[in-house]
Amino acid sequence: MTQAPERYMGGGLLRKEDPNLVTGKANWTDNIKLPGMLHLAMLRSPFARAKVTKLDVSGALERPGVVGAFTGEELADLWPGGVPCGAQVSDQQKTPFFPPLVTDEVRHVGDVVAVVVASDRYTAQDALEAIVVDYEPLTPVVNMEAALAEGAPLVHEDLGTNECFKYTAGVEGMDELFDAPDDTQEEGGGVRGPNVGGQGDTNQAFQRADVVIKERYIQQRLLPTAIEPRALVASVEPGHEGILLYSSTQIPHLAKIVLSLATGIPENQIRVVAPDVGGAFGSKLNVYREEIIAVVLAKKLGTPVKYVEDRSENYQATIHGRGQIQDIEMAANSDGKILGMRVKLLDDMGAYLQLLTPAISVSGAALFPGVYNFENFAIEIKGVFTNLTPTDAYRGAGRPEACFAIERAMDSLARELNMDPAEIRRRNFFEPFDEPTANPAGLEYDSFNLQGVLERAIELADYDALRQEQQRRRDNNDPVQLGIGFSTYTEICGLGPSQALAGLGIGGAGWEAANVRMLVTGKVEVATGTSPHGQGHETSWSQIAADVLGVTPDDVDVIHGDTGAVPFGRDTYGSRSLAVGGIAVYHAANKVVEKGKKIAAHMLEASEEDIEFEGGRFSVAGSPDQNVTIQDVAGAAYLASDLPEGMEPLLNETMIFDPPNFTFPFGAHICITEVDTETGKVKLRDYIAVDDCGPVINPTIVDGQLHGGLAQGIAQAMYEGVIYDEDGNLVTASMVDYMIPGAPELPNFTLDRTVTPSPSNPLGVKGVGEAGTIGAPPAVINSIVDALSPMGIKHIDMPASPMRVWKAIQNAQGKQSGDRQEDASLGASAADIKQGR
Amino acid sequence: MRRIQVNVNGATYEHEVEPRLLLVHYLREGLNLTGTMVGCNTSNCGACTVLLNGQSVKSCTLFAVQADGQEITTVQGLQTNGDWHPMQTAFHENHGLQCGYCTPGMILASISYLKENPNPNEEEIREALEGNYCRCTGYENIVKAVQQAAGQTS
Repeated sequence: MTQAPERYMGGGLLRKEDPNLVTGKANWTDNIKLPGMLHLAMLRSPFARAKVTKLDVSGALERPGVVGAFTGEELADLWPGGVPCGAQVSDQQKTPFFPPLVTDEVRHVGDVVAVVVASDRYTAQDALEAIVVDYEPLTPVVNMEAALAEGAPLVHEDLGTNECFKYTAGVEGMDELFDAPDDTQEEGGGVRGPNVGGQGDTNQAFQRADVVIKERYIQQRLLPTAIEPRALVASVEPGHEGILLYSSTQIPHLAKIVLSLATGIPENQIRVVAPDVGGAFGSKLNVYREEIIAVVLAKKLGTPVKYVEDRSENYQATIHGRGQIQDIEMAANSDGKILGMRVKLLDDMGAYLQLLTPAISVSGAALFPGVYNFENFAIEIKGVFTNLTPTDAYRGAGRPEACFAIERAMDSLARELNMDPAEIRRRNFFEPFDEPTANPAGLEYDSFNLQGVLERAIELADYDALRQEQQRRRDNNDPVQLGIGFSTYTEICGLGPSQALAGLGIGGAGWEAANVRMLVTGKVEVATGTSPHGQGHETSWSQIAADVLGVTPDDVDVIHGDTGAVPFGRDTYGSRSLAVGGIAVYHAANKVVEKGKKIAAHMLEASEEDIEFEGGRFSVAGSPDQNVTIQDVAGAAYLASDLPEGMEPLLNETMIFDPPNFTFPFGAHICITEVDTETGKVKLRDYIAVDDCGPVINPTIVDGQLHGGLAQGIAQAMYEGVIYDEDGNLVTASMVDYMIPGAPELPNFTLDRTVTPSPSNPLGVKGVGEAGTIGAPPAVINSIVDALSPMGIKHIDMPASPMRVWKAIQNAQGKQSGDRQEDASLGASAADIKQGR
Repeated sequence: MRRIQVNVNGATYEHEVEPRLLLVHYLREGLNLTGTMVGCNTSNCGACTVLLNGQSVKSCTLFAVQADGQEITTVQGLQTNGDWHPMQTAFHENHGLQCGYCTPGMILASISYLKENPNPNEEEIREALEGNYCRCTGYENIVKAVQQAAGQTS
């Protein structure tokens, strides 16, 4: 009688989110208008470092339409906590006070000195001109190595140093190579990390190695560039004392806590709503000074205030990604087996610590060994303050940096040993496993089948034919050379086990909440603590709930992004949503079924053990005609007039899921480039990505995540890079100067997947949001270097613009290509990016 | 202040506007047509794309006064009797959007382009959309959507 349930999980259900988005009915924060709403404008510093010697806002107050103009001195009492940092990666970490409005010294271009509140945005912006500020410019620190030099100017004089923190693992006995560990570390409590400890004796491994390679890689700063700039509206909730903040954020739940810490307003008096959010990529995983300023002014003035950043403000004042100098050493046998790895990082904090700034590099520390099984690993990270915009999480957040280093180093090692880059990877891979297995840093990977993804990618690429074509082009001195670049990666997702997150110095609370409830009419509501902004949770969570409950996805409504409607949540970042939040939905829906069974047994006058549930119908084992639907049961649970003795009414179940381990997606990418040796132009001919993120709930959405992730990874490799001049001015301060790739700059992708379930959760899912961004940069650079290796070219810094590639070729051929311009922030050449495209 | 008369999505509006008021702000703030968004302020990203007399323009590049006496279509004017335009359907069916912020501009730019070239190949579509940035999709599914819509309208 009963039809087998249609299984929605695994199917490419079209997205429920789309109808509003394609018809212009989305609810962006900038759409929100409240009665009496005023508009904020920020007066930002044009200097990277300067004393503020005079500040007079009275001129602005005389402008018609201006309601208020404020300095930090006037408002300081309203934000006792400043802009809070939520990360503490070592006991000695130096966390400067981060004032929403500065009072004495500006520390980066875009720092905020005053704010105007006016009747409309144009008026507020105009009135900034009437504010008088006298600056006494000081020499800024714009380069990490210079910042650590003796006698360098200090970003925060009260801290006495530009070193924010030092994190080490496995460095004992290597004093010549690494600075001595922090004192407290020797006592055993100083350093935190994901259980990182170099196993074995790294020094000894280097001494007995046949070959040692030593490389320096630059992770340039990137601008996350969500197409929707940040926007917010703060108000006093009508009829209440409490604050209601609408914000284009990834983290309404975290924001509620952070805003309370910043302002002293009790947490239970703050409600945060994330309306439709137009992309984020980590840049909205933060609580920004503008949100704090708006909240305190809404409260002070008793009227709603709105702030929408323009793109230049977004580039100056929203966090930047990456910003590392990586020194990597790898030791190996002549047969290509890795013996040990040593890593030294400088990590650019910028001028202040945002929510997770110091935790980004540290959370990637244990991933430097990548997908390779060897014994000896040591790492040192120094966080460095500079007079530049703060850095924080940008898509991948610590993992693309680690992946790039190991995957570039693998290619260097292969070249040193004259070995095929695929073969050297095979020789060092972990054998397949499906139970947690420690990597060289002590991190417990969940499940791998690396051989599967690599061989599939090689097959799709028709690798042997490509190598033959490459040889032909080399033999013929073809001006266009072929490059084949590999990247075999893993990443850490499913943030995360609360205990492990505490170890990472970010407090804990990695759980996620879901509430699944059935209404009297049989419809389903899923309230999730995740906060999607393009990932399609409304669709995927509906698929999960529909399958468990035996209803259709159309019967399910997913509620998210409002701390008033979903009281507990930990939001969306780090490819955590499905592996933690989706699993919470799965568990909560199963709890509904379990309770439903008891009610069904009562209704059918049968024993609970005899009740079977399939396709939305409870039936008595052996008597399928005796059955009730889950909708019938939901109705009975609601009416509550005839429930088992003592049972609480309603099908209304909550699950707080705290995972036992992280998840580790993995994959093999092959990038095929054609490099024009006469112009330096690189054409992406094909990009093959075989990824394993465990079982897939919605393949259409997963492929879309991969496409977008690959685009951003390719962008780092070929197109994007922040440029500062030596005075700390942001040269790439608008989309005119910082160019994200458009459609002509990207190829179609060849995707495939294997399925290795994770033991970390009952659906075996792993996460996919950042995979492409992590795997792509080394695949692209390895490909370009592979094309040019016969010329003796061993490395090209990112982004590999035509100008950079051309210069590398010119230099390799002994020709002068002119002076290399310096990018002040990283001491490396980046100023030629713009010319190149 | 200048008086302008504009036909937007089939309705005629008359307003006094400041000469410096951008068309996108007139649409959003003046007419509450919030389906058109601002992304970059420098006419690079195309989130603000609308049709001016049937041709795609970036409404952050135009002043409202420049639209005086002209006809404008925004994403909110694309439906006919409640039915989606084939380009809207194609974006949905090909997963040509994720966060959706670039989508109205992308859809309008694509509609405008297909009028110029009803049977474009993949490369031509990519070149035609170079003035519209998407940060989520990597463009592949957007290109597929435009191909699907082209097949249906040609």
